[in-house]
Amino acid sequence: MTSNEKGSWQTPKPTDTWKDVPRAGVIPRGGNASEYITGGWRTFRPIYNADICIQCRLCWVFCPDSSIMVNEDGEVIGMDLDHCKGCGICAAECPKEGAIEMVSEEY
Amino acid sequence: MNLATQPENRVALTGNEAVAHAMKQINPDVVAAYPITPQTEIVQIFSGFVADGDVDTVFERVESEHSAMSAAVGAAAAGARAMTATSANGLALMWEILYIAASNRLPIVMPVVNRALSAPINIHCDHSDTMGARDSGWIQLFSENAQEAYDNTLQAIRIAEHPDVELPVMVCLDGFIISHAMDNLFMLPDEMVTKFIGLRKPEYSLLDVDNPATYGPLDLQDWYFEHKRQQVEGMKKALDVIPQIAVEYEELTGREYGFFEAYRASDAEALMIVLGSTAGTAKDVVDAMRDEGHPVGLIKLRTFRPFPMQQLVSALAGRRAVAVMDRSDTFSTAGGPLFHGVRHALYDCERAPLTSNYIYGLGGRDVKPHDLRKVFDDTLRMGESGRVSQPITYLGVRE
Repeated sequence: MTSNEKGSWQTPKPTDTWKDVPRAGVIPRGGNASEYITGGWRTFRPIYNADICIQCRLCWVFCPDSSIMVNEDGEVIGMDLDHCKGCGICAAECPKEGAIEMVSEEY
Repeated sequence: MNLATQPENRVALTGNEAVAHAMKQINPDVVAAYPITPQTEIVQIFSGFVADGDVDTVFERVESEHSAMSAAVGAAAAGARAMTATSANGLALMWEILYIAASNRLPIVMPVVNRALSAPINIHCDHSDTMGARDSGWIQLFSENAQEAYDNTLQAIRIAEHPDVELPVMVCLDGFIISHAMDNLFMLPDEMVTKFIGLRKPEYSLLDVDNPATYGPLDLQDWYFEHKRQQVEGMKKALDVIPQIAVEYEELTGREYGFFEAYRASDAEALMIVLGSTAGTAKDVVDAMRDEGHPVGLIKLRTFRPFPMQQLVSALAGRRAVAVMDRSDTFSTAGGPLFHGVRHALYDCERAPLTSNYIYGLGGRDVKPHDLRKVFDDTLRMGESGRVSQPITYLGVRE
């Protein structure tokens, strides 16, 4: 099956050509926004320190990209680095120094 | 017996009326429109058909041309057969959305009644409006008269919606000269049009909730280029599809369409290439000059986008001289848009004719037979002399 067929559509592979991908960039499937990986846009990466975090969840409230991951009990467990764009709002809003640190992606 | 050319199907209509009647027979799902001279009558007459219940169309009275094209985009993405019409500054206001319509591969058909762009303000014919949109990804068909405007509108539906093409089409007709002048033409019976155009079968539909699809997602360095390459392929395929549809249409009507009409051109040494209504005047001049023994002929280009480069080269190779007529300018100081296309096409031609460019008729400036005779005289002389003494001439301006 090619990636062009309805229902079977997968995110194109790097080896696909213009002949393989759906016309005009149409995504023939719903609910696919989370599959678009935007983590590569980051300049600064948030580093989560569970030992210092007080579980106030302000980072979860303020994150504009739903990139603060929580467990079944709603406790913060880290960052979704596939989608976090590194805006740093979580670190700026965090009341505990050192719980979220922004470090350069250049290494 | 050809139903399409029976006397009862012969009508006297202006170009705008002819196009409005074509739209009535097409019975589009959605028409979104905003008035602008000289196009206004098309959607005004069509809105009468809507009010009288002659069509099933949802008629959206929008607040601008930008909105008209946006509504057409939304409707077409939903799977509808969507149309609108405009002119000049209205087309200019659609600019952003023209590209979005073409890039989303939405087969919208839009009659454009050619009119000069402001400033200074002018409501009369030239081609600067559609020429400005020549790189927007729309197919562009030009019409010589009301018959061709009618015929092109019907064929445009088939071309636009062909699964290998799926691109929007502008049907261009000259403001006032065609749009407001009474002409004598054949219309197809309604049922023949219905059968000819069939139903639109979109690949995706925003309203198909069982098969949801996202139109126009973010498309950055990774795949945008591939989607542009696909778009070019749609245009290339249009070069195959346009003649196929023309053959089908000719079987119905006996009227022949192609990329261009070659008029008394097969043995001509000096040719003129022209778009739109001026071709009618030029044919008279060709006839008169042929009677006097001059080897002149005409190429009336119908398909400007896609540009039928190979076909034009075949028609022009071996001729001595060609005059390219542009009813708009690029302000590049390097000639008009048609001139650019024709000279470019001829560069690899081993027996390329000499070419020169005439910018004429801006803002509705009348072009008369004696103007065109001068062009033919100059072009014959250019062919005899073997050199281009004046590449670009402003024809009919006060020098």
